[in-house]
Amino acid sequence: MSNWIEIAALDDIPRLGSRVVKTDTMNVAVFRTRDDQVFALKDECPHKQGPLSQGIVSGTTVTCPLHNWKIDLDSGCATGPDEGCTNVYPVKVEGGKIYLGLKTDEAAA
Amino acid sequence: MKQKLVLIGNGMAGVRVLEELLKLDPERYDITVFGAEPYPNYNRIMLSPVLAGEKTIDDIILNDRAWYEENGITLHTGDPVVSIDRSHRKVVTESGQETEYDRLLLATGSNPFIIPVPGHDKEGVIGFRDIADVEAMLEASKQYKKAVVVGGGLLGLEAANGLMKNGMDVTVVHLMDILMERQLDHPAAEMLKQSLEERGMRFLMESQTSEILGDDRVQGLKFADGSQVEADLVVMAVGIRPNIELAEAAGLHCERGIVVNDTMQTYDPRVYAVGECVQHRGICYGLVAPLFEQAKVAANHLAEMGIARYEGSVTSTKLKVTGIDLFSAGEFNEQEGDETLVLQDPGAGVYKKLVVRDNRIKGAVMYGDTLDGTWYFQLLRDGTDISAMRSTILFGQHDLGDAGHGDEHRVAALGDDAEICGCNGVCKGEIVDAIVKKGLFTLEDVRAHTKASSSCGSCTGLVESILASTVGEGYDAAPSKKPLCGCTEHSHDEVIAGIKEQGLKSMDAVRSFFEWKNPDGCAACRPALNYYLLANWPGEYHDDPQSRFINERAHGNIQKDGTYSVVPRMFGGLCTPDQLRAIADVADKYQVPEMKVTGGQRIDLFGIKKEDLPPMWKDLSSAGFVSGHAYGKALRTVKTCAGKNWCRFGTQDSTGLGVKLEELTWGSWMPHKFKLAVSGCPRNCAEATIKDFGVVCVDSGYELHIGGNGGIKVRVTDLMCKVESEGEVLEYCGAFVQKYREEAHYLERTAPWVERVGFDYVKQAIVDDTQQRKALYDRFKYSQQFAQVDPWKAAAEGKDQHEFQPIEITAA
Repeated sequence: MSNWIEIAALDDIPRLGSRVVKTDTMNVAVFRTRDDQVFALKDECPHKQGPLSQGIVSGTTVTCPLHNWKIDLDSGCATGPDEGCTNVYPVKVEGGKIYLGLKTDEAAA
Repeated sequence: MKQKLVLIGNGMAGVRVLEELLKLDPERYDITVFGAEPYPNYNRIMLSPVLAGEKTIDDIILNDRAWYEENGITLHTGDPVVSIDRSHRKVVTESGQETEYDRLLLATGSNPFIIPVPGHDKEGVIGFRDIADVEAMLEASKQYKKAVVVGGGLLGLEAANGLMKNGMDVTVVHLMDILMERQLDHPAAEMLKQSLEERGMRFLMESQTSEILGDDRVQGLKFADGSQVEADLVVMAVGIRPNIELAEAAGLHCERGIVVNDTMQTYDPRVYAVGECVQHRGICYGLVAPLFEQAKVAANHLAEMGIARYEGSVTSTKLKVTGIDLFSAGEFNEQEGDETLVLQDPGAGVYKKLVVRDNRIKGAVMYGDTLDGTWYFQLLRDGTDISAMRSTILFGQHDLGDAGHGDEHRVAALGDDAEICGCNGVCKGEIVDAIVKKGLFTLEDVRAHTKASSSCGSCTGLVESILASTVGEGYDAAPSKKPLCGCTEHSHDEVIAGIKEQGLKSMDAVRSFFEWKNPDGCAACRPALNYYLLANWPGEYHDDPQSRFINERAHGNIQKDGTYSVVPRMFGGLCTPDQLRAIADVADKYQVPEMKVTGGQRIDLFGIKKEDLPPMWKDLSSAGFVSGHAYGKALRTVKTCAGKNWCRFGTQDSTGLGVKLEELTWGSWMPHKFKLAVSGCPRNCAEATIKDFGVVCVDSGYELHIGGNGGIKVRVTDLMCKVESEGEVLEYCGAFVQKYREEAHYLERTAPWVERVGFDYVKQAIVDDTQQRKALYDRFKYSQQFAQVDPWKAAAEGKDQHEFQPIEITAA
C-alpha cells in the first residue's frame, strides 16, 4: 500500500533544483524541472551511491555530482553509455503541494 | 507523413551521417540505403589488417544488418543505383527498382585508379579498395608467389606488407624517389624503406610502368627504361579517383569530385554529398577523419538544425604496418622562411621533425617514436604558441613535466593491464576493448564509454594515442574548433565574445542567441555560462545557484560519502590563538571527525553533515572568519613565508604583502581555481614559482611571476616583470587576475591559458600597456565590490535555506 504524504509546497524547491526528503530508512531526492514537473528518486546514484539531490538538473535529467553520471528523472536510469537504475517513487502536485507516495515500510522503520 | 531520405553508398561516410542524424532526430525520415557491395557497412580502413591476417571481415563490420533493422532503415545491398532522376526525385537501380526521395545523400566514395597501360585489363591485375579485392589477393597468395605492388604510397605499402605476410615475394614499384611522398620527407622515407627492406620487401624506385606482360594472366611488368620484372599478381595502388559518374550523369556540377558547399550540399539543394566523392573548397579528401567531420555537418542540416559548417580539415596519417611507427600531419615540407626542429637518432631508429612558422607548428613528420603525434597534431590544429616549450618540445609531452603518468614506454608497447587513467582506474585493455567492440572513433566516445580521461584529463594524450593506434587513421581527432559542450556548436571564445558584444545578460539570452540545442543547457555549460555572465556583468547579473556545481552551491567540498569539508580563510596563513581556539571549539561542538593543515596554510575540517553547515558557519563567522573558497573556481589561498620580520634572509614583508593581496582578491570568482604566494627572498620557501601569480621578494623590489601550476602538470611560472613597491604588486596582480577572468575559458587554469594565448601577449597587456593595466585593475576592483560578500555569513543568516535543510518524514 502506498500512502500519499504531503512533503512541501512546490515553491519550497527552486526550479531546476531539488530537496532531500529524509525518511527513517533512507533519503529521497525530489526534483523540480523548469516547467514545474516534479520527480522523486532514491538519493543514490547507481554508480557509486553519490547523492543525486546535489546534482545539476537540466531538462528531465540530473547529473550526479561525484562522477557525472546522467540519470533520467522519469525512469531513474542512467542515460548514454552508462548502465544502472535507481528507485523511482510516485510523486504528484496538487494545489501547490507536493505529495510523495511511499509504501508504509519505506516511510518508517 | 515522414520525409524520405535516400543514401547512395553504404560506406563509412554515408552511414556515419545516418548515425549522427539518428542521434539528432531519429523520427524525421524514412531512410533507404543502397550499397553496391554485398556487405553491410564495414570499416574500410581496416582492410589492411584483414589482408595481413590480423583481423577477420567480421571484426571490421561497423553496423550489422540488425542495426539497420533496429533503426527502421531499408538496406539494399548488391543492387547498385544506376541513375538519378532529379526532376521526379527518384533513383533507379540496376534491377530496375525505383525509389523516391525528398532528400538524397550521395556517398559514392572513390575508385582505385588503374594506370591505363597496355595489358592493364589482364587477369591478376587488381586495385585495393574493397573486400572483393582483399579476397582476390588472399586467393592469389595461395596459388602464386610473385607479387608486384605499383605505388609506394600509404595504401600500396599496406597492401605490400599484407601480401608479404601471406608468404608472397613482394616488389614495390614507385614513380618517385621518396616513398609516401605525400606524407613523408626524405629522411623519414629512407628510414621506412630500410626497415621494410629488412623485412624482405624489395623496391624499384623511380620506375615508370609502361606495359603489363603476359597472355591471359599477368606474367610481368615492363618499365619505361626497358627493364622488366616477373609478377603473378599486380596490385595497382597509385591513387583513387572520386566516383562521380552517377552525379555527373544526373547533371550535378562536378570537377574532380562532386562540388559541395560548406553545408555539404551539391548544386541541387535537395542533394547532399559526403566522403571521398566530394570536392570541398577545391580539395578531395581520401582519409577518414575529414569524412566524419563532413558527416556531422550533413546530419545537422538534414535534421534541419542548420547551424553547422564544414570549413575543411587538416589531416594526419599513420601507417598501419605492425611494428612500424610513423606519423605525419600538415605541411611537413618546410617552405622558405619556416624553421624546422629536428631530432634524429639513427641508432634508436627515431626521427622527428616539426615545421614551425611564427612559433606555431605547421607540420610534423615522425618515425620510430610517434607517441606524441596526436599532441603535436592538437598543437597544430589549435595554433598554439610553442615559444615557451621550444627547447623540449621534441622530447614529447611527458618531458614537459607530466608527473604521475609520464609515459616511459610507447603506448603501443604497453600491456593490456597497464593503467592509463589513474583517476578512474581504466586499463589499456578496457579501452582497446571498448574501441573495438563498440566501434568508437572519438575521444568523447571513449570518455563516455570507459570514463578514461574524463576526470583530470592528464591522460588525454595517452588515450588519444591508443585510439589512434587502434583505429588507425579513422581516429577522429578533436575538431580544431571545440564546441563549449554538446548543447552547442559554438566555442568558448565565440560565446564570450557574444556575451560582450551582443550585451547578453542572462543564460536564456545566451542560449537563445546561440541556438542552444537544450533549453536548460547541461551540467557542463551551465556553470560556464553562469561564470561568464558574472565576470562580464558585475552588479547586473544575478548568480544562479542551480547552475553551480554542488561545491559552490553549498560553499563546501562534497566528499565521497556525501558529507562536506569546511575551510575558513586565514589571510596570508596568519592566525591568532583566539582564532585557533574558535576553530577548536567549533570542531568540538560539531564533533568533526578529522582536521588537517592544508598545503595552502589553513585548516580543513572534514566530515560535516550538510545540515550542520549553516550553524557551523554562524559560529565561525562570529569569530571573525569568512569562507576560504576552498571549494570554488575562485581565489583560493595566498601562501607566504616568514618574511623579513623574522627570517634572517627575508628582504621584504612577505606575510604582510600576502595579507594585502588576499584582502584585495578574496571572494573573486575565476575560470578555475587561482592560487597566490609571496616568498620573502629568492630561496622561495612559499613556492611562489608554481602558483598562478607568485611574488618573489628581492632586496630591490618584487619579482612578479605568472602561470605556474603545481598540480596535474607541474609548470614553472614565467617571470613577467619586476616592480618596486607593494602598491605596484597589488595593481599588477589585480590586472593579471582580471585579464584571466575576462579572457580564459571556463575550467582553464592560468598555466594552459598563458601557453595558449602566449606569454608575450599577457606581458604586453599587463606590463607594457599601462593604460590597459590600469583599466583592468579598475574593472577588477569594481567587480570585487559585488564579489566580496561572505557566502557563509549569508547562509548562516538564512539565505538559500532550502539548500541545507532536508525535509523529514518520520511516520507514514
